[in-house]
Amino acid sequence: MTLEHYLILGAMLFCVGLLGALTRRNAVVVLFSIEIMLNAANLNFIAFWRFGENPEALQGPLFTLFTIAVAAAEVAVGLALVIAVYRHFKTVDLEQLDTLKEE
Amino acid sequence: MSTTSLALIALLPLLAAAITSCMKCGRRAAGVAIVAMLGSCGLALWAFGQAWGMGPNKHITFDIPWLTVGSTTINFGFVLDPLTGVMAAMVTFVGLLIFIYSFGYMKDDKRMARFFCYLSLFAAGMLGLILANNLLLLFMCWEIVGVASYLLISFWNHKPEAAAAGKKAFIVTRIGDMGFLIGILYAFKSAGTLTLYDGGAGLLEPGMGGILFEPEIAAIVSLLLFLGAVGKSGQLPLHVWLPDAMEGPTPVSALIHAATMVAAGVFLVARTMPIFEAGGTEMVVAWTGAATALVAAFIALGQYDIKRILAYSTVSQLGLMMVGLGVGGVAIGMFHLLTHAFFKALLFLGAGSIIHGCHEEQDIRKMGGIWKSMRVTSIAYLCGTAALVAFPFTSGFFSKDEILAGAWASSTPIFWIAAAASLLTAVYMTRQCLYVFSGSYRGEHAPHESPQVMTLPLVILAVFALGLGALAHYTVFEKLPGEPAKHETIVIVISVVNALGGIALGWMIYRGRKLGVDADPLAIKPLREKLWFDEYYADTVGKLWSLAAIISEQLNELLIFLRDMFVMLARGLSSAFAIGGDRKLIDVMAFDGLCDWLRSLGYAVTRPQNGFLPGYLRLIAIGVVVLGLVVFWIS
Repeated sequence: MTLEHYLILGAMLFCVGLLGALTRRNAVVVLFSIEIMLNAANLNFIAFWRFGENPEALQGPLFTLFTIAVAAAEVAVGLALVIAVYRHFKTVDLEQLDTLKEE
Repeated sequence: MSTTSLALIALLPLLAAAITSCMKCGRRAAGVAIVAMLGSCGLALWAFGQAWGMGPNKHITFDIPWLTVGSTTINFGFVLDPLTGVMAAMVTFVGLLIFIYSFGYMKDDKRMARFFCYLSLFAAGMLGLILANNLLLLFMCWEIVGVASYLLISFWNHKPEAAAAGKKAFIVTRIGDMGFLIGILYAFKSAGTLTLYDGGAGLLEPGMGGILFEPEIAAIVSLLLFLGAVGKSGQLPLHVWLPDAMEGPTPVSALIHAATMVAAGVFLVARTMPIFEAGGTEMVVAWTGAATALVAAFIALGQYDIKRILAYSTVSQLGLMMVGLGVGGVAIGMFHLLTHAFFKALLFLGAGSIIHGCHEEQDIRKMGGIWKSMRVTSIAYLCGTAALVAFPFTSGFFSKDEILAGAWASSTPIFWIAAAASLLTAVYMTRQCLYVFSGSYRGEHAPHESPQVMTLPLVILAVFALGLGALAHYTVFEKLPGEPAKHETIVIVISVVNALGGIALGWMIYRGRKLGVDADPLAIKPLREKLWFDEYYADTVGKLWSLAAIISEQLNELLIFLRDMFVMLARGLSSAFAIGGDRKLIDVMAFDGLCDWLRSLGYAVTRPQNGFLPGYLRLIAIGVVVLGLVVFWIS
């Protein structure tokens, strides 16, 4: 198991997340996909830390923990927004939420 | 003599003209005009006294700078020399008498105030002309005189003949004035000044005659000035207006067309004599004068209108003055001008008195026997006639004698022509007097003597007509430039024989005839028709003018056509520009096009903002990728 394997896995995860974020219509699923992308980034942090020059410094886990915390906050805000949107539009289908434009 | 008092001679009548132009009451206007003329006359006599003490070639000038063109200053000045003095005194004195006479003559006219306004304007112009020390000022006054003459000839403008005569006088003199003006401009171009006397640098001063004017230029200038004089003084061939001018009121005929204005031309020649001498053109003046004198005297033989006879006589006498100027210099011509002014004013005023007495009848065939009913007028008239025919020892005798003597000394043909003219003068005056005074009255209403306000000037003028010649005979040559010619015996004999013989001839021709009934042996058709001068002009100049009018008309049509074409072209061009340039290029292509383009750009740019949220996300992703690639490439 080398660094490349982890990086490829991270890239694949990122791509899956990106694809999901760009293509899915359900706002909740898009939020999931964003989480997947964040986790792909976390995987990269860990991998670079593990195979890096100074594994004792714990920089990777520290960043990862920090990202997880931010992601949790983000999901909280995001879900709150999705619920607010749902209350307003009675749907979470992104393709029907088309009021963000010049009338 | 100060500038002011000299200027006042001309300005007083001008002031009177201004005042009387606002007045309605004729008697009061006449009063104003006469008082102004009296003041002017007093000043002129004072100036005359001063000038007469000066000697022939002395003069005083009073210059007022008027306008400066470049380095040249044109002065408006007055000059006082014996010529000015004697002329101003004559004009104001004769003018004053005629003003007084007019008061009686015009008293029934509704427009008497206006009449005196015009008369005063005329006097102002005439005096300005005499006093002017500058050809330009002289010309301006000359034109004022011309306008006043026009206004006065056509004063009774309800008569078509009077209106036509005024127009004719104005237009014919204009031909001469044109020459005069060109002469002035030419003189200014060659000499650089128009001032007559300017302390040695004037136009007429001895140095100037020889130095600044080449003889050829002096000849041209003098001939152009003479053209002006020909127009104003009724010389051949521009004399046709003067007899017609008799349509005006008789005092006007006396003042303007006998004594003063027509003398302006002679005065102009006398004033600018040094130029004529420098150019050697005196003989042109003399010959023109001689021809005029003879032709006019001939025409006078065949006329029936009392004033017309006098008018042709005036033309003839003006011709003799020109002869005098040409052959003998200023003194001889001016001497005859002075004596003529008095006796011709007398004759015209006398004729006016007769016309007035005969109930506005001017035809001598319908007069006759006036001697019995108008004694004072008749005696005065006969005095004037005696002076005109140069009866020995009247004023006309002395002045005409000088002319004949001068002519004898310089050119024999001119002498014989002038002698013939004076013989004819005696004949036609005898004819006229026989018609008017002898026999019995042939009109309908009995004639009556005129009021004293009219006869008094006649008496005064009669005294001058008889006595002035002997009085002025010797002094005039001392004071005015020019030498008296030696009086050969033959000249004096011919002069006397002319006068007496002419009277005798007239007497013989008309003795025993029933005047006004029988055919008149002298009033043959060519003379009655005034030698067809008017018809000749109508056939030549008139035809030429009609032709010019037709050509001008056609030219005008052509110009109108060209103008229309131009307008159409311009309109076509402008509409082409409006449609093609403005509407197509600027409106549609430039303005609308730009707007459309901006609008479509805006439309294109707004397309991504369609509210399709996945689309936004995709654009963000593309943006990130592009940004990443850019960063990658740069590093």
